[in-house]
Amino acid sequence: MNAHLSRREMIAGGGLVVLFALGPQATGQGGGVEGQANGEGEVAPGLPGSLGQHPVLDSWIRVAADGQVTVFTGKAELGQGIKTAIVQLAADELDIGLDRLTLVTADTHSSPDEGLTAGSHSMEDSGTAVANAAANVRHLLAEQTARLWDVPVASLSTRNGQVTDGNGRTLDYGAIAANLSLHVPARLDIPRKPIGARRLIGKHLPRIDIPAKLTGGTAYVHDMKLPGMLHARVVRGPAEGTQLIDPDVAAMAGLPGVDRVVSEGRFIALLGRREWPLVQALRILGQLEWERPGEPIPTGDRAAVVKGLSPRVEPILDRQDESGGEAVRWVAARYTRPWLMHGAIGPSCAVALLEDGIMTIWTHSQGVNPLRGAIAEMLGMPPERVRCVHVEGSGCYGHNGADDVAADAALAARAVPGRPVRMLWSREQEHGWEPLGPAQVVELRGGLDAVGRIIAWNHQVWSNTHVTRPSRAGDLIAAQELGRGFTPASPRSLPQPEGGGDRNSIPLYALANARVTKHFLQDMPLRVSAIRSLGAHMNVFAIESFMDELALATRSDPVAFRLRHMADMRARTVIERTADRFAWGRRTPGTLRGHGFAFARYKNLGAFCAIAMDVEVLRDSGRVVVHRAVASVDSGDIVNPDGIRNQIEGGILQSISWTGHEAVAYDERSRTSYDWSVYPILRFEDVPLSVEVDLVDRPGQPFLGTGEAAQGPAAAAYANAIAAATGRRLREMPLTDDAIRTRR
Amino acid sequence: MIELEVNGTSHRINVDPATPLLYVLRDDLDLHAAKFGCGLGQCGSCTVLVDDKPVFACITPIAALAGRMITTVEGLGTREAPGIVQQAFAEEQAAQCGYCIPGMMARAEALLRRTTSPSEAEMRAAMRPVLCRCGTHMRILRAVRRAAAMRGGGVTDAAEPVR
Ligand code: FES
Ligand code: FES
Repeated sequence: MNAHLSRREMIAGGGLVVLFALGPQATGQGGGVEGQANGEGEVAPGLPGSLGQHPVLDSWIRVAADGQVTVFTGKAELGQGIKTAIVQLAADELDIGLDRLTLVTADTHSSPDEGLTAGSHSMEDSGTAVANAAANVRHLLAEQTARLWDVPVASLSTRNGQVTDGNGRTLDYGAIAANLSLHVPARLDIPRKPIGARRLIGKHLPRIDIPAKLTGGTAYVHDMKLPGMLHARVVRGPAEGTQLIDPDVAAMAGLPGVDRVVSEGRFIALLGRREWPLVQALRILGQLEWERPGEPIPTGDRAAVVKGLSPRVEPILDRQDESGGEAVRWVAARYTRPWLMHGAIGPSCAVALLEDGIMTIWTHSQGVNPLRGAIAEMLGMPPERVRCVHVEGSGCYGHNGADDVAADAALAARAVPGRPVRMLWSREQEHGWEPLGPAQVVELRGGLDAVGRIIAWNHQVWSNTHVTRPSRAGDLIAAQELGRGFTPASPRSLPQPEGGGDRNSIPLYALANARVTKHFLQDMPLRVSAIRSLGAHMNVFAIESFMDELALATRSDPVAFRLRHMADMRARTVIERTADRFAWGRRTPGTLRGHGFAFARYKNLGAFCAIAMDVEVLRDSGRVVVHRAVASVDSGDIVNPDGIRNQIEGGILQSISWTGHEAVAYDERSRTSYDWSVYPILRFEDVPLSVEVDLVDRPGQPFLGTGEAAQGPAAAAYANAIAAATGRRLREMPLTDDAIRTRR
Repeated sequence: MIELEVNGTSHRINVDPATPLLYVLRDDLDLHAAKFGCGLGQCGSCTVLVDDKPVFACITPIAALAGRMITTVEGLGTREAPGIVQQAFAEEQAAQCGYCIPGMMARAEALLRRTTSPSEAEMRAAMRPVLCRCGTHMRILRAVRRAAAMRGGGVTDAAEPVR
């Protein structure tokens, strides 16, 4: 257990930290790999995390003359707790109390451009950068003081925002900073604090964003209210790919409560002083005729539909060590996943204001900088005249309607200069227009030798792209509607080592003879983009289900079978700890009761996560009761333990929802999952009875992205437990009550 | 003109009486704890209490509320002096994005006004109408259990599956 901090410790800077001599090499952390999905290239390659792109200290930290410190991050709070973790890191490394620190998050006009807040990169990129920048700043403050006092820097210490010589002489950071430029590059030779001197890192610190959320404070972009603000709604067909047939725009202006209609091309927005009349207007306009131009959406057998979407073959892995000999037994299986919805509880929202030639957009986009570029292009404005400021929204779990609604808001606001416009999508629009998590198919074939070892492995995955985030105007719905020739970028296949549809398709197991192939699907009958963990949910579901199928074929215990093929020590640790804590191997009595196990290291680069589940299938209904889920997680150096637990608990539940309950319905013309009644998600009666998360702390090791680490293992542990309970393997998501009942 | 009593204060509201309460709370009274999620009575993020009972503010016209006692999460306590349910949610860090949480707290408050010793199944059933997409359910349940105990009761039976 990690000790709780007392209130005094949280506020005050705490103990004395001695500055120690400069080492030849920093103990600073290695940065994340490929963290800059849309950021600039490395300009200072040796520096860790996002310091490589933004090496200058004052882009991260500024110290005012009154000693107040402002910390900047290019990442955004998505409910994952990043604000708290960054504050913890900065305050600890700087040796200041939390009350002296203000945090600025993603804003195109003030924060460093760190690309997207995605891929579980925030701690690896930004956390690493802030921690090392803070260590640098603390050191510069001490160096400056040493010069002033004419003493060696190694004789000085820092404490609670002051430099001290230990003999009663102190100087406040504010006073020192007044004569110190932080507009200098970070140095590689400044060590971070020794682990023993940490005050906040690794301790429980309550999330700083939670109090406002519990008391009705302005916490979300939805809650913003600016003077003179107009409400707005956008008028569209029922789902992406559809268009209204000759809507009578002039008549819309006559609807009660509609003060203004903004239209250009097919883009139509209604503006008004009150929200409710706009909601009613939208309901009336929901009756308008619509069509879907282009090809009908292919329906029918999912695997056939998916595999028919113009695949392009991309080899991912080709390991050909056949010294294991001839397989005595082959096992093959095909797994599928449907299209999934992000399904934010609050539909997408943005507030925009055109004033003095500057378009400001408050948005819950995961990438304010790329969004700014796309919107500037759409508006024909220079990017420096467009400002995108991140404000929290409802949890998004990937690329949902956030960017599109920001573009909608900008177009509406352009028509009413000086007046802020709050644009909100309806529930039906969110369900109908958000980009979906792509459907996928995985086919696995494994060869076993006489003693039950895997000696051949073949993994094929079919998938659309997992990223259509805005990189240019044409990626935004509104821009496409303008009819000015904006077209979306052609779909990208994300490369390894992170991958898109092939994310986590390379097993971490020791397999000398293994081949992995991605079939990148070029046709996109349904709009798709990034959903939490990208292909990892599907690939880990398939691989870890298949590991159980192989274990069964060799009559091995699933955990023992995994350990037999696993050389990575950190992976073994989480597997063993999960098994121990769960008491794996001890069967829970009862019929239709079973245990399931799964493991993955997210992206093979991020956090290690093993999960065990104890489930019961109810005989008559086929419903699945998860009695217990146990996870063990190694995220490297832990900054905020409860933050990691929260992410893993949430990931497990969300993955159970995806895996067990969800599928986007569609027909030839459009999606038909237009609200929660036709897209059910997990509710309280189906959540586990208990979830335990065990953390493996690795102080001083690099941060390993955790926010998406549970999605894959939870899916497979769930499937494996159901298979153990029923004796039947389900390979098509979702593993619904009906599927379980009929297959039993 | 309709007179609405919200969190112990009475307000004279001069809008279309068919307007759902949610828009009046958020747009006229500046109370934005209750959230818009669907406007269809499906997700519960707009939940408030009317005479101690949970209702979906997004589909409840203000015409139906004259003379009734409306309580929103703002009425449960403030940041400086949080109410018991708010304290319990803070203690358990029961939020990820937090968008669903005001609805969850309103439900919890309604449950605990009815009984401070609900069974586990009763508690889950009471919370059922509110959706959470972040998967914060385990923490939300812990928070409700904690709030029950803080109010002198508790959820004492072991978690039993809802069958
Ligand atoms: S917003 Fe009222 S139930 Fe969803
Ligand atoms: S905490 Fe995000 S929806 Fe519940």
